[in-house]
Amino acid sequence: MINKIWAFFIIVGIVFTICFGSATDLNDTILNSASNGVGMVLDLLPIIVLWSGIMKIAEKSGLLNKVGNFVKPLLSKLFPSLKKDSKALGYITSNICANAMGLGSAATPFGLKAMEEMQKENPKKDEASDAMITFLVLNTSGVTIVPTTVIALRMMHGSVNPEEIILTAIIATVCASVAGLTLDYIRRRKKR
Amino acid sequence: MNTISKLIIPLFVLLVIFYAFRKKVMIYDTFLEGAKEGLITVFHIFPSILAMVFAINIFLNSHILETIFGVISPILEKMNLPISILPMAFVRPISGTASLAIMNDIFVNFGPDSFVGRLASTIQGCTDTTIYVLALYFGSIKVSKTRYALSTGLFADFIGIIASFLVVSLLF
Repeated sequence: MINKIWAFFIIVGIVFTICFGSATDLNDTILNSASNGVGMVLDLLPIIVLWSGIMKIAEKSGLLNKVGNFVKPLLSKLFPSLKKDSKALGYITSNICANAMGLGSAATPFGLKAMEEMQKENPKKDEASDAMITFLVLNTSGVTIVPTTVIALRMMHGSVNPEEIILTAIIATVCASVAGLTLDYIRRRKKR
Repeated sequence: MNTISKLIIPLFVLLVIFYAFRKKVMIYDTFLEGAKEGLITVFHIFPSILAMVFAINIFLNSHILETIFGVISPILEKMNLPISILPMAFVRPISGTASLAIMNDIFVNFGPDSFVGRLASTIQGCTDTTIYVLALYFGSIKVSKTRYALSTGLFADFIGIIASFLVVSLLF
């Protein structure tokens, strides 16, 4: 699937620019995107390295498992295919909490760790497991409770009440998550 | 709300370190061990990030979306839909920075407290960069067959955008 999207973006982009835009721009875009990519990775690098270190401490001390246990009743309903003592549950919880607080960049390392743990339980290594798909649907439909960046931008542009969109965002998020999880559930069931 | 979210990270770090210290974990060595793993993770995700940034940049810089919206906007205007939100709705699943830039333009042109301003804020807050996240997360563990992950994720985004529109219309 990502194969097709990747090809689509590149082919449509290049053909359209050649037909209606300028080739010089295209040249710049292609050459610049490499350094843009490096820039993004360099932004992520210190955060991921730092949080991986801290989360390793949480894992060794047993704190991560404790947190995982706390939300397990709910999570094991959402992720029935994961083992009951799976480490992935703790990371999924951390990822969702960080996302909910609007700490997107802190959430990424937890998410990557969760994927790694789920991959250990995945029988087909090149294919997405049920749990991975549920996790990504939950993750991308964004359970953001405090969208910090949006509020900061609204403040900057002189909004009278920058926080007023918290409520609307929560309602819309819940709709998106419920819709996504429902469709995920239906499709997971269909397969059997 | 803001002070709370600013305190979360420091308190979390404090809790992790304090708990581990009491459990007599070798904190420093464990940190280094985890940090090394983190470095390897970054090493693994670097190609997928680069690949996605490359493709998304070519696509967005071709201005194909602007051209399409230029054609369909007169039709949508007749249907009384807020067309200025469309580019954002389409860009949101592929690029967080690009959709933030569009939201910024909306704030400049219409103000953050206008209908589109509120709608843009809600959409930005309730959905995520689905395509980018999928490429990143699946790329990091080398999963190539993603089954129904993408269409389900995009469906959730779509519902999120519709819900944003309804909620903002009703509440304000």
